[in-house]
Formats: sequence, structure tokens, C-alpha cells
Amino acid sequence: MNKISSLIERYQLSHFIILAVIIFIVMPLALDSFRLNMVGKYLTYAFVALGLVLCWGYGGILSLGQGVFFGIGGYCMAMFLKLEASSPENTSIQSTPGIPDFMDWNQLTELPWFWEPFHSFAFTIVAILVLPAIFAFIIGVAMFKRRVGGVYFAIITQAIAAILTILIIGQQGYTGGVNGITDLRTLHGWDIRTDEAKTILYFVNGALLFVCLFAARYIIRSKLGRLLVAMREREDRVRFSGYDVSSFKIFIFCAAASISAIGGAMFTLQVGFMSPTFVGTGPSIEMVIFCALGGRLAILGAVYGALVVNWAKTSFSESFPELWLFAMGALFIGVVMAFPNGLAGLYQTYIAPWLQRFVPEKFHWIITGRSQEENPELPESLQEEKEPSAEDKKSTQGDLSHAGN
Amino acid sequence: MPETNKHIGPKDFVLSVEGLTVSFDGFKAVNDLSLYVEEQEIRVIIGPNGAGKTTVLDLICGRTKATEGSIKFKGKELTKMNEHQIVHAGVGRKFQNPSIYEDLTVYENLELSFPRGRNVWGALTFRRDQEVLNKVQEVADMIFLGDKLTMQADLLSHGQKQWLEIGMLLIQDPELLMLDEPVAGMSVSERKQTAELLNRITKDRSVLVIEHDMQFVEDIAHRVTVLHQGKVLSEGSMERVQKDPKVVEVYLGH
Repeated sequence: MNKISSLIERYQLSHFIILAVIIFIVMPLALDSFRLNMVGKYLTYAFVALGLVLCWGYGGILSLGQGVFFGIGGYCMAMFLKLEASSPENTSIQSTPGIPDFMDWNQLTELPWFWEPFHSFAFTIVAILVLPAIFAFIIGVAMFKRRVGGVYFAIITQAIAAILTILIIGQQGYTGGVNGITDLRTLHGWDIRTDEAKTILYFVNGALLFVCLFAARYIIRSKLGRLLVAMREREDRVRFSGYDVSSFKIFIFCAAASISAIGGAMFTLQVGFMSPTFVGTGPSIEMVIFCALGGRLAILGAVYGALVVNWAKTSFSESFPELWLFAMGALFIGVVMAFPNGLAGLYQTYIAPWLQRFVPEKFHWIITGRSQEENPELPESLQEEKEPSAEDKKSTQGDLSHAGN
Repeated sequence: MPETNKHIGPKDFVLSVEGLTVSFDGFKAVNDLSLYVEEQEIRVIIGPNGAGKTTVLDLICGRTKATEGSIKFKGKELTKMNEHQIVHAGVGRKFQNPSIYEDLTVYENLELSFPRGRNVWGALTFRRDQEVLNKVQEVADMIFLGDKLTMQADLLSHGQKQWLEIGMLLIQDPELLMLDEPVAGMSVSERKQTAELLNRITKDRSVLVIEHDMQFVEDIAHRVTVLHQGKVLSEGSMERVQKDPKVVEVYLGH
């Protein structure tokens, strides 16, 4: 038994290890500082895509407004950094020194009340995690308690993303308007603009991504993960099994929001500014494409999806700027029509079996690497199922205790 | 007549439905209906299509809200409760078409119905312990699926899916079990097994069944209620109901 369960652990972890090697060893060695920073930027979108795997892939809740939460996280971090960059010494040429430059341009003479708490780094960190969750909670209660779902929910989240963008652009004096919050310099006196700082931030970002990946893995493998799958298929049955369906939807939506916000905060740190272009409807839909391309049931797929689409975006848009948007649309349609499980599904169906031919059987676990729970539509236990005889209950229970662990 | 009927008294009613009315845009699908179910009774509701049978179950389990009237389950008013609160009070409902989680295994289907860890925190920290394993095995044996626990539910036959859903209710241990056409689409031998199963599980609970199959009704029913146009047309033993001229006219004799 012990031997079997440790083997299962290895199965599920092998792909995590491969991804860790790519992010922490291959990328830093292969890329120069500029390119590495760009990959770091792509990886911040992976947080959002990961959140979408949870709430869309597993929970069946398609949100087209995840940019909102990415933006909240990003703006929280930007507000903190901006206040640090706007010390009275740095801003002595302004008519009101000590407030951010864009406020001064907009004839503000005092820091708005909601900016005050962002002087504190501890508050900023808490705000990055909690504010988006509170916002998601309010949306979730308003929608899910009334059983609004599916297309209606998608449209409403899209509208929220549009509203927030308009609000940010319109309130220029408080938010920096369409330019966003720019000219961010230091974090506790540590200059974030140097190559060295960017490399360190890249690793911090990668580490946080792994924390989120493991948290997502825990959720998916818990009973809550199976409930989400059950809910996606038969919401009524779950309800009549005694569960308050809306509370589970609200939870997973909030979790996705907080994860996205971490990505947003890391984006601000690595890129050095935050603007409404990362909040609105366009980027929100792009983020859904990252998730769909990676495979909406694969938490690691989200990371690969974000990397591949953004890498393609950068390369194509450099050569064919007009064609890129069409290519992106075609990519999304293609994935949905041909590979509903995205890259993860493609890998599982075609690439893994092909790779296996070159590798001794002993090492196949490195290639197949995915746990049953990550793809509930194709439980592995079925393929190797041996029907236990009715008398032999002990062995049946033995099967059980590892079949789902 | 089963022995449970010998001590009829108001306190023995598990479920009392009184003056229940529901109207959809003026159409009264259920009209001033009253119904009393005793402890350990198997009550079968029959009636022609559109008589309001499924609507009655929907009203009891909270899927549809009543326009008027009261539904009391062990003294608790159900009409003001949410679906999951009604389940927690001890009412289980099986749907007409087998409603199971096809993507999950038989084991997982049963485990999700196990009444523990029903809130977010509970579900996140739920541990698969011996108690759960034993209970799932016990119920799976009862519903003839003891050797199919690792099978994906999608691959079960239609009859087995019906049993699985009954099992998902049993594991909740409800005091009132409501079944909407449990033997629809089953073979003759499966019907027999289901009748045995129902007779066995009713020792601890009351059962309310909607069924069209008259042979099956005769096999299991302690008492029968005939619905017609949202009202009770007749009530009593199968024998008595079958002889009731009103029933013969609207339903059995057509």
C-alpha cells in the first residue's frame, strides 16, 4: 500500500517538477535579463489563468471580468509604490509636494482618504489578498444567491470590467486616469528598476505562482473539488444532497479573485506601472484564452497557456501588428472547436503516448504525470480497473482508500 | 393492511400537507391538497399525466414555492425553508430521470452524498476515514453495486443509475424518502429487486413514491393516493382505490 501511494504522489508531482525546472533553471539560464523580465510578466497572467481553471474549468463559472481582480491587485501595489516615490523631497517642484504627481496635475491639494492606508506595506499586502475577495464576494452573493449563471454571469462580469475601466479613466485625479500609475521606483528603498531587482522579482513571482498552484491542487483534490465537478453537471442534485450550492460558487470565485490579484501585484512590481489597459474587457477575454489554450481542467496548463499565447503575441505582433488580433481570435475558436481540453488534452492524448515509446516503462510516470482528479472526465482508475469479487470486501476497501487519495 | 396502520394518531404523521396550492400564471397545478404520511409508511401517488404528482414532490422538497398552504415535516414548516435546509431536516428526493454525477465514480457519487462536510470549510477539510468507507460499502451493497465502486457512473446501466441515486439518498439517512418513478425503464427482474429494496429500507423511514407501473405499486404500497387535476381523488389501500368508481372513470378505466 505504502509503495503504491508513494508512486501516486510521484505521478502527480512529476509535472510540477518539470515546470519548476523550466521556470527556475531553464528560463534564467537561457534568457537575458530583458527577456526574463518579459517571461516574468507573462507568468503574472498565469495567476489569472489559474484562477479561471478553478472557477471556470472546475466550477463552471465563466467570468469574463478577471482583469478586474488582476487590476485591483495591481493598483493596490502601484498605490503603495507611488506613495513611496512621491516623498516630499522627490516632489518638491509640485505645487503640493508629497502627493503623487498626477494628483498635483489635476489640482488636488490633499491625498484622498482611500490612499492613506497604502502608506503601510502590511496593509497593502492584506489589501491585495482581501479586497478582490470582498469584491468577488459581493458580486457572488448578488449573482449566485439569485441563481444567475452561465451566459448571464459572463455578460455581467464583462460589464463590470467595462465599468471599472471607465471609472478609472474618468477619475483621473484619484487614479491616474488612462495613463495609469507610472514612474514607480522603489520598494522600501530597494530600487525595483535595476536588472538585478527584476531577476529577484522573477524568482519571487515564480515562487508565489507555485504556492498558488499547490493551493489550487489542494482545493481540486479535496471534497470541494469533486463537489464543483458534481455541481457543474448536476446542480440540482448537489442542492438536494444538502449543499448550499451558492456558497461553494462564491468561495471558488473569491479564491480565483485573490489568486488573480497576486498576479496583478507582481505585474506592477516587475513592469513598473499599472494602467486601465490591463483591467478592461479586452485583457479579461485574453486571459480566458490563456486558460482555454492551456486546458481549462489543468492547473499547470494555465501556466503553459499564458506563456505560449503571450510569447506568440510578442513574436507575431512584432512582425504582423495588424494580423495579431485575428490570429488570437482564430486560436481561440480553433482550440474550443478542436481541442476542448487545450494543450493539456493534446499532450495527454497524442504527445504523452508518443513520448512513452522512447522511454523505459519504469519512467513512464514522468511523462503521464497527471493525477486522476485533474482530469475527472478520464479517470485513470477505470483503465486499469479489476473488478473485485463481492466476497472480498477487504480488497475493495483497499482499492478505495487509494483510488481517491 | 400493514401493521403500521394500527396506531394511527396525529402524532404519528411524519409529513402533513394541508391546503397546499400552487398556481402558475393562474393555472392551479396543485389545488387545496391535503396529504398525511405516517412513520414507516410507503405511500404511492398515482394519477394521470398532468395530475400534479411531480409538482407535489417539488413543493415538499422546496424546488417550487407554494402559493398557499402548509407542509409540516415533524412539526417543522418546510414552505419557508431553502432546499438544502429541507435536506438537513431529513427529506431526500430522487428525480424522475436518474440524476447522478456521471463524471465521477460510483464511490465518489456516494461519498459526496455522505452527510458530513456540507459547508465550504467542511468540504475543504473532509477526510476519507473508515466510517465513510464502511458506510459507502454498506449502502453500495444494499443497492446491488457493491462491486462497482470504482466504475465511472456514466457506464452504469439505466437501472443501476436509478439504484445509485436511491443509494445517494440512503446514505443521507433521510426520514422521508421521495422517489419519482423509481422503476421507470427497468427490466422485470430489476423491478423486483427495487421492490425488495424499498421494502427493506422502509423499516427506518417513510417513503413517498410516484409510480405508473401498477404491478409495482401493488407490490410496495401500504396506501395509495390518487391525484387528479391537482386534487386528491381517492385514498386508501390499492384494492379500495381500484374499486373506487371515480378512479376507474378518470384513470384506470380509460
